[in-house]
Amino acid sequence: MTAVDQNPVEIADAPTAPVLLGPWALMWRKFKRHRIAYASLWLVLFIYVLALFANFFAPEAHDETNRRGIFVPPQTIQFFHETEDGSRQFQLHVDALKMKVDQATMRRSYDVQPGKIIPLGFFVKGHAYELLGFIKADRHFFGPKDPDDVVYFLGSDRLGRDILSRIIVGTQISMSIGLVGVAVSLLIGVSLGGISGYYGGWIDNVIQRLIEFLRSIPTIPLWMGLAAAIPLGWPPLRTYFIVTLIVSMIGWTSLAREVRGKFLSLRKEDFITAARLDGLSDWEVIRKHMVPSFSSHIIASLTLAVPLMILAETSLSFLGIGLQPPIVSWGTLLKEAQNIRTIIEAPWLLIAPGSMIVIAVLALNFLGDGLRDAADPHAH
Amino acid sequence: MADSILEVRDLEMHFPIGGGFFSKTRDVVKAVDKVSFDVKRGETFGIVGESGSGKTTLGRCIMRVLDPSSGSIRMYRNGKAPDEITKADRRLLTEIWRDMRMVFQDPQSSLNPRLRVLELVGQCLRKSEGLSGQALADRVGDLLEQVGLQREFLMRYPNAFSGGQRQRLGIARALATKPKIVIADEAVSALDVSIQAQTLNLLQDLQEEFDLTYVFIAHDLAVVEHICDRIAVMYLGQIVELADRDTLFRDPKHPYTRALLSAVPIPDPRARKKAGKRTSLSDGAVADRGCNFATRCPHASDLCRAKSPPMHHLNGADVLCHYAGQI
Repeated sequence: MTAVDQNPVEIADAPTAPVLLGPWALMWRKFKRHRIAYASLWLVLFIYVLALFANFFAPEAHDETNRRGIFVPPQTIQFFHETEDGSRQFQLHVDALKMKVDQATMRRSYDVQPGKIIPLGFFVKGHAYELLGFIKADRHFFGPKDPDDVVYFLGSDRLGRDILSRIIVGTQISMSIGLVGVAVSLLIGVSLGGISGYYGGWIDNVIQRLIEFLRSIPTIPLWMGLAAAIPLGWPPLRTYFIVTLIVSMIGWTSLAREVRGKFLSLRKEDFITAARLDGLSDWEVIRKHMVPSFSSHIIASLTLAVPLMILAETSLSFLGIGLQPPIVSWGTLLKEAQNIRTIIEAPWLLIAPGSMIVIAVLALNFLGDGLRDAADPHAH
Repeated sequence: MADSILEVRDLEMHFPIGGGFFSKTRDVVKAVDKVSFDVKRGETFGIVGESGSGKTTLGRCIMRVLDPSSGSIRMYRNGKAPDEITKADRRLLTEIWRDMRMVFQDPQSSLNPRLRVLELVGQCLRKSEGLSGQALADRVGDLLEQVGLQREFLMRYPNAFSGGQRQRLGIARALATKPKIVIADEAVSALDVSIQAQTLNLLQDLQEEFDLTYVFIAHDLAVVEHICDRIAVMYLGQIVELADRDTLFRDPKHPYTRALLSAVPIPDPRARKKAGKRTSLSDGAVADRGCNFATRCPHASDLCRAKSPPMHHLNGADVLCHYAGQI
């Protein structure tokens, strides 16, 4: 009866209170409409979770060598296996392999051992590690049920180390170098760009010429020169930090330009004048009025800068002037696949880390694109 | 001049054109050229002129948003010695900005779209009176009601308002610090005619309630006639005529003022015919010497083209013309 009580015209006339959304909420709503970007957001989050709990997700210890498992091709997961009495039974497993060496060519090949399987399971016991660096644990998300068995989902390298585990552990360095590099770029870029745009005049001139100078240097030689300055004896952590700084040497320039442009255009806006007339100091005007007006743009361009940083680190490490082997990053993994023979014999050394880089970079790019479109009030 | 609140003397604002890193400044645009006038306490002082006449620049110089090239602006606050605005430091300026507020032309661009009304209208109170929290919300709520908006709008963003409402927000913001003088720069130009009338009436009501003085900058003569007590007509940076409203509209003495008044559309076609031929206002070239208006003036003589005219005072009007009262 309720439907009859109210006539439809009345319902239509009843003023519906409009939902009042702030600028950030509007941006989020627009972003969600961008399907690929929204999916990429989840993918990127997943990759960072992977990096955060790398040892938990890695089935094997990334640095454990195995003389009996050199250049093992990727093993496929199978669902059913035949028991001795002939019935098929559900059991996640991979076939056990046996190494065979051809004495004439000295080449290794692997044959399936009939009837022998390595059962797999979730949350299995494995090598001991420290979760987040301080929680002692030995459980792994997925892997062989028997801790003594070794499986290579994405194959193994020349020392018999598991590529999948190495990629997962390498995520930590590769994804964080993007973030740290971008943070350094942000710091330099926003402060120099802000000074340049807010004060103008000769300071602006000096900073802009400096940026033009930096950008005119070919990047790879510049990086090589800077990387050459890193002493070889330095601990890995310090090298990592320096490489990050090198990578962000270039990254800050475009950000600084963007910030400067925003400052220049905002400085002429009436609402900035109005804020000054309200008695706000220069710093308060910047903090309360200017930064919020372009922070969404900054976030978008930062997201787009992360993949560039990742690629920069990868190229540096690939060339052998970035991170050095004991450290695992996607770049150092690719370095393993530097000669033709390896690629022919063990293509997974190139394909697996390569695809991971492509996926991460694409996801970050789509995410950045989506954010940029959502932040731009004029885009449709 | 005890009843003056603002005294502007020989104010000049020159903008260099050209010039850059390697070349020297070649020329200057005299956006405001030796302008002098007084604004009396409690009146509405109108400044009219076509676009490019320097009226907005003049308003911004008075607020010291722009630093004038030369001249003086004195403001009498609370009967103390006048403050020289052109020489004020940041601290004094902050104080002056409490007593002298500005309403902007475009309410869209003068309200930061990322801040709530509470902050937009209230941030000056945070600074000047140290209000915050509920006290601030109450005050801003009162202000909103004074300009005919609802208290509930406090937490909204500017994008939730119509143009007229936004301009009311701008007015509320200007009134927040209880100013003595408000500079309204084309405050109603961006609004529909019906909203213009509402806003003008609101400004008049507020003037009565708070003893405000307005400097009202506009290009619309009908608006100026409605609200202003005295009117200055600007042409190419100079005030060419300054008179009280009735004198100016009844008996315009400067040829430019006449041209301007004859350019007002007359709704009645018969009356329009009677008004006769209009002076052409198409060409606005700046004369090198002599009277700025000589290139467009129907009465221009050799004297006009050779020599800058002096300011004549006649029948309660100041007229910048060689032939004031004769033509």
